[in-house]
Amino acid sequence: MQDKGRILAQAERLHVFFRGAGAEPVQTAILQPAETLLDLYGEDIRARAYVTSDALRGEQMLRPDFTVPVVQMHMDSAADPARYTYCGEVFRRQERDPARPNEYIQVGYELFGGESPAEADAEVFALFSEALSPLDLRAATGDIGLILAAVDGLSTTDKRKAALRRHVWRPRRFRALLERFAGRTPVPESRKRLLAEIETHGVEAVLNAAAPEIGLRSRADVAYRLYALVQDAAEPPVSTGETELLEDLLSIRETSVHALAHLRDIAVDLKTIGPAVDRMQARLDALAGQGIDVDLLDFEASYGRTTMEYYDGFVFGFYAEGQPGLPPVATGGRYDALTRILGRGREVPAVGGVVRPELVLSLTEALA
Amino acid sequence: MTLKLGVPSKGRLMEKTFDWFAERGISIARTGSEREYSGAVEGVEGIELMLLSAGEIPRELASGRIHLGVTGSDLVQERIADWEHRVLALEPMGFGYADLIIAVPRCWADVDTLDDLDAAAAAFRAAHGHRLRIATKYHRLVRVFLRDAGVADYQLVDSQGATEGTVKNLTAEAIADITSTGETLRANHLKILSDGLIHRSQATLFKSRSAEYSDADRVNLRELLDRLGLGR
Repeated sequence: MQDKGRILAQAERLHVFFRGAGAEPVQTAILQPAETLLDLYGEDIRARAYVTSDALRGEQMLRPDFTVPVVQMHMDSAADPARYTYCGEVFRRQERDPARPNEYIQVGYELFGGESPAEADAEVFALFSEALSPLDLRAATGDIGLILAAVDGLSTTDKRKAALRRHVWRPRRFRALLERFAGRTPVPESRKRLLAEIETHGVEAVLNAAAPEIGLRSRADVAYRLYALVQDAAEPPVSTGETELLEDLLSIRETSVHALAHLRDIAVDLKTIGPAVDRMQARLDALAGQGIDVDLLDFEASYGRTTMEYYDGFVFGFYAEGQPGLPPVATGGRYDALTRILGRGREVPAVGGVVRPELVLSLTEALA
Repeated sequence: MTLKLGVPSKGRLMEKTFDWFAERGISIARTGSEREYSGAVEGVEGIELMLLSAGEIPRELASGRIHLGVTGSDLVQERIADWEHRVLALEPMGFGYADLIIAVPRCWADVDTLDDLDAAAAAFRAAHGHRLRIATKYHRLVRVFLRDAGVADYQLVDSQGATEGTVKNLTAEAIADITSTGETLRANHLKILSDGLIHRSQATLFKSRSAEYSDADRVNLRELLDRLGLGR
């Protein structure tokens, strides 16, 4: 067990480093209203966060991370750009591995606004890279924005695209949907029967046969989806060509420079990703300007899809080589969409990351 | 030291457990009055009977306060985190069957699969401004099942009883509950999703992996398992 005092000293060192980069130190409450987090993350957050309650304020969560309260705090400020740093405990329930800590310190750096998203991405990545440089970590990068842009480029209905977009962060579900929209998986028997019944008797008759109506999901809600199913059944499948382009994109895993060339090839046929590829180019230029060797920087198109952090653009993580069981030492990314949801009509470009000082400490000691 | 065997303290589950052991030549019975929760084991040495509520047996197994216990596999999987590492399922006992399932109103003509449930949840949230509520007392099992299936935009609401009534009472849109015949579901105008079977539960004899076993306990355990036809 590491000495808490030494972890705190390491945390303070990182906190000072981020303050030196121009970030304003901020603090947030440990108890956060559960409703906001539940609305954002759904039930999965319950598996991860400690929930408690009192008679007055109702359900509260011990903060599982700083992102949400820091975004909420920033949305009330007019500063642009704004840089924040924080340092404090986060709490995570562990249901599988008792060796993983349920309470640890995060030190973070968040950057809101600014002129150029590419420069902002590069600034944040380069800062973490510098802070961690003595440890010789492997950096992983990705870009969720490319996947979202590729989905937009499919020649299919808005409903299908929305369904795919909604499941970008659930790769298995995403794959199942894509297979279905591409006509590769058979239509379930029950769906075939339902469609045949609607064709023979009409939607109203099908609804009448299923009566009585109970619950909040109304007859109109059910009717709406029945019509949508009929419409969707008449749609042609997503073409083999487009499906393969998307799958090709999702499987990219090479150095950034090669990945960029690969993406340019895909963009010839899937034009909607053009702007996202341009942004990646601009980011790589900005990273090179910050002294990052982009020739060696790994890029993995599907990286960051299974985290719950709501990232929708550039994503990164720093890992200790040869220790696959160890959590990432630092992670981060762009989360513009989160500011839109929490901003009540306002939206601010935002990118940031967190580092775990106790991992930095143990890796530093292993080097010594 | 004695081996502690926890069995359900009342009802059909208790009687069937007694019968199951009796068929295998081990007599267990209540001692004292009807109201006294103690009992005796005859046929094998060194075993102490603990009559417990079926719902408490998982916790006692996980903490190692009892060595063996009879309870529903649903309760073990729901209440013990990382249960595979903390208890060992020795033998399904062939009674106390119950299926943990997801059911939705029968009037949802458009919903038959988890895939439909996910799509309906997305549309419901957009139309009604909150997540589709699923009433249950099996929070962990349901959450893991729905996460693995990639269902989003739902929330679990706690229901410790009369769960089938929650939809009609507008406190939930769907339910996840135990059913044995489906009769109550039908009476409440609910239907089971065709791929909505979360867990098929039955009474099971479990062994604690964290309890302490003395040499004598090990000998007695082996003897007991041999008698039960579970020696290996």
